[in-house]
Amino acid sequence: MEILLAIMTGILYAAGIYLILRRSLVKLIIGIVILGNGVNLLIFLMGGLVKGRPPLIAEDGKMLEGIFADPVPQALILTAIVISFGLQSFAIVLIKRAYKVLKTDDIDTMNKTDDIK
Amino acid sequence: MSEHLIIYPIIVHLITAVLLLFFWMKPKIQRYISILGGGVGIVIAALLFQRVWSSGIQSIQLGNWEAPFGISMVADTLAVSLILLTNIVAFALAIYSTENMVSSRVKFGYYAIFHFLIMGLSGAFLTGDLFNLYVWFEVIIISSFVLLTIGGRKIQIEGAVKYFTLNMISSIIFLTGIAMVYGATGSLNMAELSRIIPEIENQGLIQTISLVFFIGFGVKSGVFPLYFWLPASYHTPPAAVSALFAGLLTKVGIYAMLRVFTLIFPLGEVNQIILMVIAGLTMFFGGIGALVQKDILRVFSYLIICHIGFMVGGLSLFTEVAIVGAVMYMFHDIIVKATLYMMGGVMFRIFGSTKLRNMGGLMDNYPRLSLLFAIPLFALVGIPPLSGFWPKVSLFSASYTAGEIAMLVMFIFASLITLVIIAKVWNKSFSKDAPKLERKSSFKYFEDFSFSEKAAYVVPIIILVGVTLYYSFFAEHFQLVAARIGEELMNTEHYYNAVFGIK
Repeated sequence: MEILLAIMTGILYAAGIYLILRRSLVKLIIGIVILGNGVNLLIFLMGGLVKGRPPLIAEDGKMLEGIFADPVPQALILTAIVISFGLQSFAIVLIKRAYKVLKTDDIDTMNKTDDIK
Repeated sequence: MSEHLIIYPIIVHLITAVLLLFFWMKPKIQRYISILGGGVGIVIAALLFQRVWSSGIQSIQLGNWEAPFGISMVADTLAVSLILLTNIVAFALAIYSTENMVSSRVKFGYYAIFHFLIMGLSGAFLTGDLFNLYVWFEVIIISSFVLLTIGGRKIQIEGAVKYFTLNMISSIIFLTGIAMVYGATGSLNMAELSRIIPEIENQGLIQTISLVFFIGFGVKSGVFPLYFWLPASYHTPPAAVSALFAGLLTKVGIYAMLRVFTLIFPLGEVNQIILMVIAGLTMFFGGIGALVQKDILRVFSYLIICHIGFMVGGLSLFTEVAIVGAVMYMFHDIIVKATLYMMGGVMFRIFGSTKLRNMGGLMDNYPRLSLLFAIPLFALVGIPPLSGFWPKVSLFSASYTAGEIAMLVMFIFASLITLVIIAKVWNKSFSKDAPKLERKSSFKYFEDFSFSEKAAYVVPIIILVGVTLYYSFFAEHFQLVAARIGEELMNTEHYYNAVFGIK
């Protein structure tokens, strides 16, 4: 299972970077979204996978016993998902606005800010 | 109650921002609240600084979860000095914004977002948890996106696309680094990491992970191959926003580097060389870039990059004297770079353009203003006794004693090229004859301003120049603070003991 997730993470990173390198604004944003998902999967993987052992304390117990799934990465991922959701919604509004104002979605033609005049 | 003082710098700006949301459509009231909030921020930051200075590093565990499990907030001397400087700059900018920000932009929530950004900065300086640092970084960047695009001019949107993309990628790389650290150590508490990391056998892996962090922070601070978003976006928003970004945003990247590379991953030999090479190239390309620019704000953008090299260079030498130099340079840079962009805003109002060829005659027409502007420009070059000179003493001597002559040569090169650039700016905008330009009819020039409008532009510059002069003539105060920071950064047990409450 770990090896599968590791390969999946690699694919997501590769796909994300490939899309970021494309010339279209929309593909750029999709690339960032995919890259973000790749990171979330990586955090999940780094916490170690434990099957069927939720980190719950038994009713009569005082502490967790034996091997249990690490709850921290899930909390981290949840936070990261919420943050990236906010940023992505901003990004989509931004590219819509950029398309309206600049009348292009080709990143190569966006070089007004780098003119030396 | 008094131990909660550590989180008050965050709370003050949070409350101010929320309060501002209630006065959404009332720009006038917003201006007063913002200035008031900035003032209270300075007082709280000064109190916290005084507390840390007199009784050592303070820490608080949020939600009362004990140290490695919960989120720790740690106020060491580096954090509180930066918070104090941040609040001074924020206060000056709150005054500056009263005229620089037109009411339509204020109605889009400029002031509220401004205070959220300052809150994010304070949080990033104070946190003692790696993931929490990421969260504060996100607070900072999402506020900065809004500030950058507010008003929505064509060039702003285009700059924002670049700024947004690179900052998002940097956050993703930073998060990747966090995932790797968690995988390798099982902890994210910075103090605990400082104890776990040296015991890990595979140090090669750790040094590699630390470079992932370097790339993440490098994008934010604008080091050599990763800086291209900075000159593409910093000149696009109104001067108040640019000044805020120039003074504080790149420095938060440097702060994170200083923290991570001293506390968590002390620099290994290979990483030291990598950082040194990058610092040298940053100074070189920043300087050369500034030399060819024809727009004053873009000249300043490249100068930011050039001077980031000083701080990264100081860190890469990794001796206490060098760190002291880097920290002192950071203090000087925060104040001076914010002043430069504020000056840029005034010059835009005087000439109606930020192009150097449309400028001139500032010294004949505005002699007192020129004298005021000369101080930060000369401080930037490092003409003694102005503030840029003192950190360079530490940096030069540290690189010489460490035997890194190449680094010393790059420091000197960057200082000289800064001198050339400032001389060019001075010639073109201050001493050259004023060009005969048609006056734009719909543009409000500086000379048409009423006294109070002029004051709103000039008083904040006077405040920050006052701080620069204080730094210049009482440099030993800053040296004392920086020496203590250097001591705290290089001996991590102070930090560890403060977090875990070991006396």
